[in-house]
Amino acid sequence: MNVLARNNVTFAGLKSGTTVMLAHGFGCDQNLWRLVAARLADQFRLVLFDHVGSGLSDPHAWDAERYSSLHGYADDILDIVEELDLTDVVFVGHSVAAMMGVLAVAEDPSRFAKLVLLTPSPCYLDHDGYTGGFSRADIDELLESMESNYLGWSRAMAPKVMGTPDRPELEDELTESFCRNDPAKAQVFARTTFLSDNRADLPRVGIPSRVVECLHDTLAPRSVGAYTHEHIAGSDLVTINATGHCPQLSAPDETAAAIAAFAAPA
Amino acid sequence: MTADSDALRDAFDNAPCGYVITTPDGEILAVNETLASWLGRDHDALIGTPFTRLLTAGGRIHYETHFAPMLLASGGLSGVAVDLVAAGGLRLPVLLTANVKSDAEGRPLLVRIVADDAADRRSYERELLAERRRAEEERGRAVSFAETLQRSLLPPSLSPPPGLEAAAHYYSPSAGEVGGDFYDLFPLSRERYGFFLGDVCGKGVAAATLTSLTRYTLRAAAVGDDHPVGVLHTLDSVLKQDSHAGRGWFCTVLFGVINRGANGFDVDLATGGHPPPLLLRADGSAEYVSTDGGQAVGLFATPTFSSTRIALSPGDTLLAYSDGFTEARTGAGSRYDDDGELLRFAAAHSPTDAGGIVTAMRTLIEDLGTGVEDDAATLALSVPEKR
Repeated sequence: MNVLARNNVTFAGLKSGTTVMLAHGFGCDQNLWRLVAARLADQFRLVLFDHVGSGLSDPHAWDAERYSSLHGYADDILDIVEELDLTDVVFVGHSVAAMMGVLAVAEDPSRFAKLVLLTPSPCYLDHDGYTGGFSRADIDELLESMESNYLGWSRAMAPKVMGTPDRPELEDELTESFCRNDPAKAQVFARTTFLSDNRADLPRVGIPSRVVECLHDTLAPRSVGAYTHEHIAGSDLVTINATGHCPQLSAPDETAAAIAAFAAPA
Repeated sequence: MTADSDALRDAFDNAPCGYVITTPDGEILAVNETLASWLGRDHDALIGTPFTRLLTAGGRIHYETHFAPMLLASGGLSGVAVDLVAAGGLRLPVLLTANVKSDAEGRPLLVRIVADDAADRRSYERELLAERRRAEEERGRAVSFAETLQRSLLPPSLSPPPGLEAAAHYYSPSAGEVGGDFYDLFPLSRERYGFFLGDVCGKGVAAATLTSLTRYTLRAAAVGDDHPVGVLHTLDSVLKQDSHAGRGWFCTVLFGVINRGANGFDVDLATGGHPPPLLLRADGSAEYVSTDGGQAVGLFATPTFSSTRIALSPGDTLLAYSDGFTEARTGAGSRYDDDGELLRFAAAHSPTDAGGIVTAMRTLIEDLGTGVEDDAATLALSVPEKR
């Protein structure tokens, strides 16, 4: 098995120096980091990849059972750092990938120097005394929404991005493939993402960590950002003045700055 | 100009679709009367609220994780199916189309969103979806039925005589379809054992019926008939009885009787139109077992079946197989065994044993990939080297 092909591992930025590994969350692929990667490229060695089941990962590597647990994705991350023999990695996980980072760091802290959790949520469901923001019925509604947007038999009926004349820099290929993941695999990823509860894993993080949240994020509200920060000992919390769950696109400057300031060697 | 502005304002407010203008962050700057009335909400109360608040919770997650990034990254999006939530909790299925107004540097300034009523289309889609789920369940049942039937036509385990090793493999290129290849190895008495490997015409339920008939006829006929050729003649008669019923059934088959020999085993082989088996000798050579003249069973008025006797000594392996291997497509108009490739394959693996050559045949199937268009069966017998 070729780990680098399996996860479509790509490199950007410097050839040496501090390694920053950028992990995408549920919904898209490594292209989501495009604007942020461009802003980090002159300071860091960047490693990007697609989770199995997303983007240009190897479709044959898909295993519904392995990827029904965030541990499966975390093991893939450890495979990549071992394959590349990376040490002192600054791992940046967006959304659910933040929890993959928590699991990977807890599993093998020797590979990682720092952890950045971008718009994380250790648990999306409400539990007694904890407000994740969503109910089981909401998640079922999400799965239904995904299904009605990907009526497998016709690609033509799936939502598509439209080319716009005022954005010529966007290549056709990206327009064609962006956020287009196999619907059956995306359903499994959605369940894994939104039904996992990693609250008990947060205290297992033993390396310097930074939580980066958005001012207005309905998926990961500020109370969840605060919870994550409070349960990772020694972490700090940065709040970006942005709306939505993907500040890499809506606030690329602030997002890149929050990562760079933390990742840069002291 | 005033009249034109009024007309444009009217076209915005009372268009037959919903219009929303938001900031790049999704805060509603303007909304038309059509959408406000669909939502049953006061127009002014919508201004300044997040657009995603109009969606269901599940739709909101989908929007934030997929559509918002797609929109910001590409500048436009169409065909997004979401439910808006009207006052009182009523769901309004809509299709969204959106594009982004950007400044000269490409920074987004505004997002223009059009919402089309999609109630009819969505209920139609839901029906299609339910239909597809039903079809998938049906298919799952059909596949599991076919697999069960196929298993019932192959022996759960092989029963070789003591001192003889046996291995077999069956491969079907299409799940849900019962193939026509079959094999078995079974005791006839304490000392005598029988085996066969064959291929019936056709596929599916008809082939399964014929396979079943062929298997039981061969096993029954072998009990009272010491001569393999006689067994094939019995099968020929039985198939013709059914041919008279207009079925036109036939098969190719290799049938053998195993007896203990001076140094290993003697195998009496009869073939009816089946590809000849291979003999992989202890000395590393490989050759076809000559079976000239055998004709397919059930097809001819007065068929001839050829027979031969071979001795299997320690280190020897006998390999029977079906034409799923030899006829596998390897390119435009070319088949795997057009130029004697199978013999070279056997020679390369000789000497071996039953387990070894069957494993190699399995690997061969994987290597041939989609070129294997028919089902492929293989059965191997070997005498272990004396220690």
